[in-house]
Amino acid sequence: MRGAERLAAIEVNQVIRFEHVTKRYPQHGNALSDLSFELKAGEMAFLTGHSGAGKSTLLRLIGLIERPTRGQVMVNGRNLRHLPTRKIPLHRREVGMIFQDHRLLADRTVFDNVALPLVAAGYRHKEIRRRVRAALDQVGLLGKERTFPVTLSGGEQQRVGIARAVVARPPLILADEPTGNLDPELSREIMGLFERLHRVGITLLIASHDLALIASLPYRTLTLTNGSLVGDTGTR
Amino acid sequence: MRAHRRSVHRRVRVHPFHLPATWLSYHLQVALGSLGRLLHNPWATGMTVAVIAIAIALPASLYALTRNLNLLSESWGQTTAISLFLTPDTDIEQARALAVELRAHRNLDQVTLISPDQALSELGGYDGFSEAITQLEENPLPVVLALQPTPEVRIPEALERLAKEVEALPQADFARLDTRWVRRFQAILNVTQRGVVLLGGALALAVLLVVGNTIRLEIENRRNEIEIMELVGATPAFIRRPFLYTGGWYGLFGGIGAWLLVTLALALIQGPVSRLAALYHTQFPLAGLEATASLTILGGSLGLGLLGSWVSVGRHLSAAQPH
Repeated sequence: MRGAERLAAIEVNQVIRFEHVTKRYPQHGNALSDLSFELKAGEMAFLTGHSGAGKSTLLRLIGLIERPTRGQVMVNGRNLRHLPTRKIPLHRREVGMIFQDHRLLADRTVFDNVALPLVAAGYRHKEIRRRVRAALDQVGLLGKERTFPVTLSGGEQQRVGIARAVVARPPLILADEPTGNLDPELSREIMGLFERLHRVGITLLIASHDLALIASLPYRTLTLTNGSLVGDTGTR
Repeated sequence: MRAHRRSVHRRVRVHPFHLPATWLSYHLQVALGSLGRLLHNPWATGMTVAVIAIAIALPASLYALTRNLNLLSESWGQTTAISLFLTPDTDIEQARALAVELRAHRNLDQVTLISPDQALSELGGYDGFSEAITQLEENPLPVVLALQPTPEVRIPEALERLAKEVEALPQADFARLDTRWVRRFQAILNVTQRGVVLLGGALALAVLLVVGNTIRLEIENRRNEIEIMELVGATPAFIRRPFLYTGGWYGLFGGIGAWLLVTLALALIQGPVSRLAALYHTQFPLAGLEATASLTILGGSLGLGLLGSWVSVGRHLSAAQPH
């Protein structure tokens, strides 16, 4: 049954599908209320809204860092409600995550940081080297393999974060305020990287409150207010 | 785009860990990684290892002590004989006949006849006796039969029964059995041995707590790293492994340290013990830790290190569930 569900979802090419999803925190009430939307494979979309609107919560549900209180979340054709805990790591390997604060390991080189998902998945040395170099090349940091993240600028650190998210070639990438700490020029540069990933067929969902930047780009935009979806420009 | 998705799913199914060589080299890599991390902080690591080493060396050295005392009392046990003093009117010929008779006894291994002259000259060998002996007009000593019981009779109760039996012989005056203090000594040794077990248990618990706490701190220090590992799809086993190896290293180094401490202590004690033994006209080379004891120390310590980290990891790394 679950396999069939998965197949059905792949047939219609849905990478993300939310069905009446509510997330309630005991102390803070509803972070998301009765949310439904879907994202097709290969789509690039922005998720926007004021801070506290539920953007991060939504991304956390997709990455299975949290589970919804009600409703169903399907990702890559899997119904996450039925996903046993022991399979969470396998799910996360198919979802690349990018964070505002990069979440890099300060005591590891750029190479080791990017290699992390591959090491965790048990790849062989040679393969890891090949893929990490390819990922760093993609973000324009091939010469910085041996440096430590602290010696890099904010924009470069974010690019390391992106390289780490794409290195295992997940079909879906989530980014939570990836340009939050960057100036407009660097932000556009990062968006340029995302567009390149979009062009090779990766599905992207990018949470951002940089409305000016989002407006300048021709992509679908989902708008959250107080945990409800109040705007969806639809696939463009 | 579809090709891309297909390649992703194929990758998930073909798991490189299925190759034993890769698996082995991966474990080696994790083990060496943990070792490198420990050596990166030599002082902190050294102190933890020293605490473990001392905690294990205490019961181990006590064990070595009781082992040596046991060997000592065993060497006494071999000389434990019943001295059967014959009545003064038993002459040497009658004594010989009795000796032959007793040799056939199923509980006796050896029967040695000690003639009065022999006994007297032996006595003369001791300091202060030779002069007194020359003053004697005639030899006052009776014939003595030194009876060496078979090993089965060496338990004290059986020995006493045997002594009573031979004492009842008509030619016998009395039988002397110097086992009482040997028995007391053995009893004290038994108490000490029980103490070694109890102390060992208590200190094993201490080692568990030391390793467990060290690993807990290590987990706290690396909380950020652990979270990131979880986010990029590391399995709980993958995250636990380096900590387990760290605990194993602590245990192994602690065990080696304990072994060295005990060996060093025995070497330092050997000198005074030899001088003490010389005063008793004997030699007593201290026995070191035998192979099984050495392996027990190393294996036990390694096991405690692994167990301590396993418990700690189980308690502090189980919060990775989505909520």
